[in-house]
Amino acid sequence: MSATTLAQWSNMAVYSAMFVLIMALMAFAAGFASRGRRVGLSAATPQAVPVGVGAGGPDSTFDDPSAAGDHAVNAQPEPGRRASNVGMSLTWLATGLLLMGVVLRGVWAERVPWGNMYEFSLTMSLGILVVFLVVSLRRDVRWLGLPVVGITLLSLGLAVTVLYTEAAQLVPALKSWWLVIHVSAAVICAGAFTVSTLITVLYLWRDRAERRDAVRGMVAKLPDAARLDTLAYRIIAFAFPLWTFAVISGAIWAENAWGRYWGWDPKETWAFITWVVYAGYLHARATAGWRGRRAAYISILGFVSLMVNYFGVNLFVNSLHSYSGM
Amino acid sequence: MTQTLTSESAAPLPPMGTGGFLRWAWRQLTSMRIALILLFLLAIASIPGSVLPQNGTDPIRVNDWIANNPTWGPLLERLGFFDVYAAPWFAAVYLLLFISLIGCVLPRTMTHVRALRSVPPAAPRRLDRLAGFRSMTDARQPEQVLQSVADGLRARRWRVASGDGWVAAEKGYLRETGNLVFHVALVALLISVAYGALFGWRGNVIVRQGTGFSDTLTQYDAWGGGRLVNPDNLPPFAFTLDEFRVEFERDSSQRGSPRLFEAEVTVYPIPGAEPQAETIRVNEPLVVDGAKVFLVGHGYAPVLVVRDALGRIVNDQGVVFLPQDGNFTSTGVVKAPDARPALGIQGLFLPTAAVDEIRGPYSTFPAPDDPAVFMSAWTGDLGLDSGVPQSIYRLDTANMTQLGLESLRPGDVWVFPEGTGSIEFAGIERWASFQIAHDPGKEPALISSMLALVGLMLSLFVRRRRVWVRVAKDAQGDTVVQVAGLMRSDDADLEPDVTELVDILAEGKPVSR
Repeated sequence: MSATTLAQWSNMAVYSAMFVLIMALMAFAAGFASRGRRVGLSAATPQAVPVGVGAGGPDSTFDDPSAAGDHAVNAQPEPGRRASNVGMSLTWLATGLLLMGVVLRGVWAERVPWGNMYEFSLTMSLGILVVFLVVSLRRDVRWLGLPVVGITLLSLGLAVTVLYTEAAQLVPALKSWWLVIHVSAAVICAGAFTVSTLITVLYLWRDRAERRDAVRGMVAKLPDAARLDTLAYRIIAFAFPLWTFAVISGAIWAENAWGRYWGWDPKETWAFITWVVYAGYLHARATAGWRGRRAAYISILGFVSLMVNYFGVNLFVNSLHSYSGM
Repeated sequence: MTQTLTSESAAPLPPMGTGGFLRWAWRQLTSMRIALILLFLLAIASIPGSVLPQNGTDPIRVNDWIANNPTWGPLLERLGFFDVYAAPWFAAVYLLLFISLIGCVLPRTMTHVRALRSVPPAAPRRLDRLAGFRSMTDARQPEQVLQSVADGLRARRWRVASGDGWVAAEKGYLRETGNLVFHVALVALLISVAYGALFGWRGNVIVRQGTGFSDTLTQYDAWGGGRLVNPDNLPPFAFTLDEFRVEFERDSSQRGSPRLFEAEVTVYPIPGAEPQAETIRVNEPLVVDGAKVFLVGHGYAPVLVVRDALGRIVNDQGVVFLPQDGNFTSTGVVKAPDARPALGIQGLFLPTAAVDEIRGPYSTFPAPDDPAVFMSAWTGDLGLDSGVPQSIYRLDTANMTQLGLESLRPGDVWVFPEGTGSIEFAGIERWASFQIAHDPGKEPALISSMLALVGLMLSLFVRRRRVWVRVAKDAQGDTVVQVAGLMRSDDADLEPDVTELVDILAEGKPVSR
């Protein structure tokens, strides 16, 4: 296959992924908007489990969506369930297409596909979808489909319209194995922090409804606030050490490329700020008077600083990390 | 900064007396609330350094910024905003944060050491209201059940205590160990950075192709070292730049982007040693005698042969021109104070020359495809004797008169008017700039940060939990086994542990009720 053909195939795969995501978005929206009880999750966890040896108490609905899902389908078909399931399938398909787009881009450019902002955005979108799908394997997160697919489409839309760059070779500064290690860690973190932020926003919405005793309509389709909070925390607890690793590997690379492991370059500074803010979130969760909503606001601030680092520093600030290709 | 929920209380008013006040201040400083506030202050204090130019990375832009903002510039400069990360207020925030951290970690370490030495507390009297509660009957006698449960838990590395009719077990002490290791490692990281700053040094030097460098202070264009470095004792290595290779992208939208640059050097690790041929690339520094030599930049040095009125050659070397943009439009200066009359030449070197009515002469591509030098020649007082230090890249024309303007292609000669001399554009050399650095703090910093990472992962992923078993005979004389647990870490699920416990019981083949 010639290089041009590869390029066309890559772009084609990305556009197909976007098309499928739009359909997934509509499916999730239909599932979300349909009237009725919320999808999937059972509300209460009984305090004491009936006598029985081995796993399989009611709490496992939370951990084993497939079994619980089948059970629920048989027991009581809920409005919107089918639409959400279609959404999930389409999201898997779109993720496969996007993965193909990213891989072909790499084959075309004959390097890892992380040389400019278009490629970062493609991979970050892939990261968001993968984190979402991995979580969906462990629990029922169809309620999360709409915002996740929405933000992925936004990110991909920006990538193909504003950030698009023809593939080219890497500048010498990027020719290093650390590119693979450092950037992949950072990209997975960005995906995870995006998903956790979406859940946090949903948590704030649900929490407000619960406080006002107004859990009706769409907000009723969400899991209860405590569960949203816990899920967001678990994703951040996974992403935070990885972010720490991304910063450390970046420092090792910087030492090798620029002669110092930390130089307060704007990119480094904002990575540090993001780290400090998420560290603040983890501490806030362990502090009376800060858990819950306040901690949630802190994690949203962490995401804001991540975005400042990605868009702000890449596009508007004079940084050693200005690899946007624009 | 690692205190738990219980240690948080509303701040009381400070008590009277110095001792009382100090105790109050210490309690406040080490409280989680203050630690959180300090974390946020640290984040906010870091922001200006990413928005404003900084002296450490770009002193020229700092000067421009101050010049363009006569009101704010000097004020911000006095407040340290162009040296944020060395400013006293920035140091105050992180030092307070670290004091707070130490003040929290120390007592917590004591508590944890005590916990590591003690046995888990006895089982609560009633388990049926606790998490994961299950009840079942067992065919064995209570003593047998307790014994087998205790053995099974020990075999699975639980810490076990037992008493009359109960077994208590705890696991996951590594969570707190990891937490403490993480925080101590952060302190070690800060100390490593400080150590590197005190004993490390770095310098920059431009070396023309075909010339050399030896590691003494006078050879550096710029050099900075920590307070405890003796600049007369630098490692005595030397190297020559034999060849510098560079390639640029010629196709695609990123035309002009660098694709390769590498420096072929001959290294003399110590004076008189066997020379070694090495290649220095970006990402591949040269390590020699405890120092690292990094390739950080490159440019052109047009060979400008200058003759004075008497026909004497006053310069026949390549002159280092500094690139001003991505296409290597470069500026440079020749100063010939010994010429008769004294001469000064300002030049603009264009590797691929183009002239635009608005922009004037500029370069359209970084490789020397169509090179030209645009020059302005001056004669008069160069100002070198005034005692004020001058940049070698700037000509002070205040007391000079202009001889004229000319553009030269390679091989061209320009004879100045009135027989004051001539200049020949004889050829083009390349130069490379190197950063040479020695940072003894970087290995300790790496080890500390790795330890911090390991500690962090333990503190986030290990679950600290307790389980209890109570065994008693019921009214019918059957052995009733009750199990329950307590998750001592946030947001984790106890279910797997209770299941494990039930599995242990199942090994003794209990009858499920």
